[in-house]
Amino acid sequence: MNAPTIWIVAPILFAILLLFITNQRALSILGGSFAIGLALIAQFVPIEAAMRVGAYSLKIDSSLTILGRVLIIPPTEGSLLALIYGAAALWFFGAEAAKSATRIVPFGLMITPLMVASIAVEPFLYAALFIEMAILIAVPLLTSIYTSPGRGVVRFLIYQTLAMPFILLAGWLLAGVEASPGDLALAAQSAAILGMGFAFLLAIFPLYNWVPLLMEETSPFIVGFLLWILPTITIIFGAGFLDRYSWLRSSPQLIIALRSAGLLMVVTGGLWAAFQNHLGRIMAYGAIAETGFSLLALSLDSRLGIPILFLLIPARALGLAVWSLSLTVIKENVETMRFAAAQGILRITPLAGAGMVLAALSTSAFPLLAGFPARLALWENLARVSISGALWMGIGIIGLLTSVFRSLAVISMAEEYTTWELRESPTQVFMLGLGMIGLFVLGLFPQTVQYFLSNLPAMFEHLGR
Amino acid sequence: MAVPFAWIAVAVILITSVGLLLARDWRWSITLLSIQYIAMFVLTLQHWPLGMASVKVVVGWMAAAILGMTRSGLSDENLAEENTWPRGRLFRIFAAVIVLIIVIGVTPSVDTIMADAGFAVTTGSLLLIGMGLLHLGITTHILRVTIGLMTILSGFEIIYSAVEGSVLVAALLAVITLGLALVGSYLLIASNSKETEPA
Repeated sequence: MNAPTIWIVAPILFAILLLFITNQRALSILGGSFAIGLALIAQFVPIEAAMRVGAYSLKIDSSLTILGRVLIIPPTEGSLLALIYGAAALWFFGAEAAKSATRIVPFGLMITPLMVASIAVEPFLYAALFIEMAILIAVPLLTSIYTSPGRGVVRFLIYQTLAMPFILLAGWLLAGVEASPGDLALAAQSAAILGMGFAFLLAIFPLYNWVPLLMEETSPFIVGFLLWILPTITIIFGAGFLDRYSWLRSSPQLIIALRSAGLLMVVTGGLWAAFQNHLGRIMAYGAIAETGFSLLALSLDSRLGIPILFLLIPARALGLAVWSLSLTVIKENVETMRFAAAQGILRITPLAGAGMVLAALSTSAFPLLAGFPARLALWENLARVSISGALWMGIGIIGLLTSVFRSLAVISMAEEYTTWELRESPTQVFMLGLGMIGLFVLGLFPQTVQYFLSNLPAMFEHLGR
Repeated sequence: MAVPFAWIAVAVILITSVGLLLARDWRWSITLLSIQYIAMFVLTLQHWPLGMASVKVVVGWMAAAILGMTRSGLSDENLAEENTWPRGRLFRIFAAVIVLIIVIGVTPSVDTIMADAGFAVTTGSLLLIGMGLLHLGITTHILRVTIGLMTILSGFEIIYSAVEGSVLVAALLAVITLGLALVGSYLLIASNSKETEPA
């Protein structure tokens, strides 16, 4: 038995079997339990260490060879796998409440291992090919065959597909730079191509116009899943580039580029969100700002930045899950998610309204919520290296907070004497309630996730040391 | 394979890629795409052995067949070309000429960066990438977008074959080409549907 078979091949095979099940609850429970099982194995069963189970000796090898290349999951990545599959389980369990289990569970269970494969493949630059496969699988997840696809899906496909050639070419060029480090022109060219690749993949300004479009066109829960898994794994993959190439890691220009891109994402995400009149588009810009925070963390001294980057991951996963589930419930009960149509929705879907506001506040670094500890640490460390950068981050956060208070005003603005009429199902109430408690727990006791996060920097050879 | 064949392939690529821009009938588009994959095969053959290079043409034809079969089963009225500007043939030819000039201009420097892949290989590859990008820039029609993406990827695969000979990469790129055609077909069928989700 080897690790890539357990965490990459087996989930894909299981997902194919799940395609034949149509019962929402069964799919949600099966997919969620399978993902939780994988997370528990990743966290508690050591890779490359022999274990005695009764009369048998069990050892999980770290590598699998395919067509002369290797998929390798080293023991140091166990906690990361636990985090990824644990967060995926969050979406799969919530899928029943969002009434999208028939799509998100099988397709999500294919996308997640493909993204894991993108971290596991050696040579690592082939990751772009696995990411592209995940993107192609995401298209049927995003759009039903019975509904006409919108512009957002087409742009998503185009932008994400264009990333692959850039990353592959950059990987080859970077190998050339490693061989002749004195060739500054080649270094600049490869860094530019790499930057273009990641700009497409991470939807960096101005290449993020598909995100709000998708939030308007398709189920917020499904888009939320993609807005969590794609940027999260892509940033870890990007950090892998920095870890491998010392000249890239020590380049002051790259630090400036990362910081500028991060600030641009936070500021434009925050300001654009503040002026939106559509609840879905506000979440889209919130997710864009989230990616900006991750880029800012990557731009800091890696000993501080990498732990912050990992601290951002659980908050992002939980925040987006609660936000997207809340919006899905709201969308069920209104004609459109525009402010005019969603006025007073709090009287009909109080928990979904509260979930949306709390998740948005968490993204906006509101104290006591999941996003606060990581953003506080990020802000503090950013202020140490760049006061203007910290100010711009503050402007982005103010923009996000403005959007939250505008949304809150709209959803609570019911006509006088309107009665409370709860339309949320028990499953939705349970999942939203659990999610909101989680947001508070992560905000009040951030050390609860340290058990998973403390060993994560060890997956890098140089970063975070 | 001999260099003259490679230059013939470049000429074929020029004709097919411009033809794809101009063609209004989907049958012509699919035919031109299939011919384009033959030219791609010839250029890939400059650096890869016959067995691996033929994967490109087989996969390309399969992808074209998937798109063609899907499109043939759909009615014309729902999938009519968009009537927005720019749709004039003269404009498209003008844009294609600009792309051609840019490609001729940058070929020597790109060829140097790409480990002297060969002028014919680099020119053919950049032509496909440029025309594919142009294609994506002037249309939102699903079939055309899919063909545009496949054209860009074909161009990339040609130039990448000069620097990477891994079987795994060839297999994964083949899977991606087929996947793109399947996704294009899926979106084509979906776009033929009358229902649209509310915002």
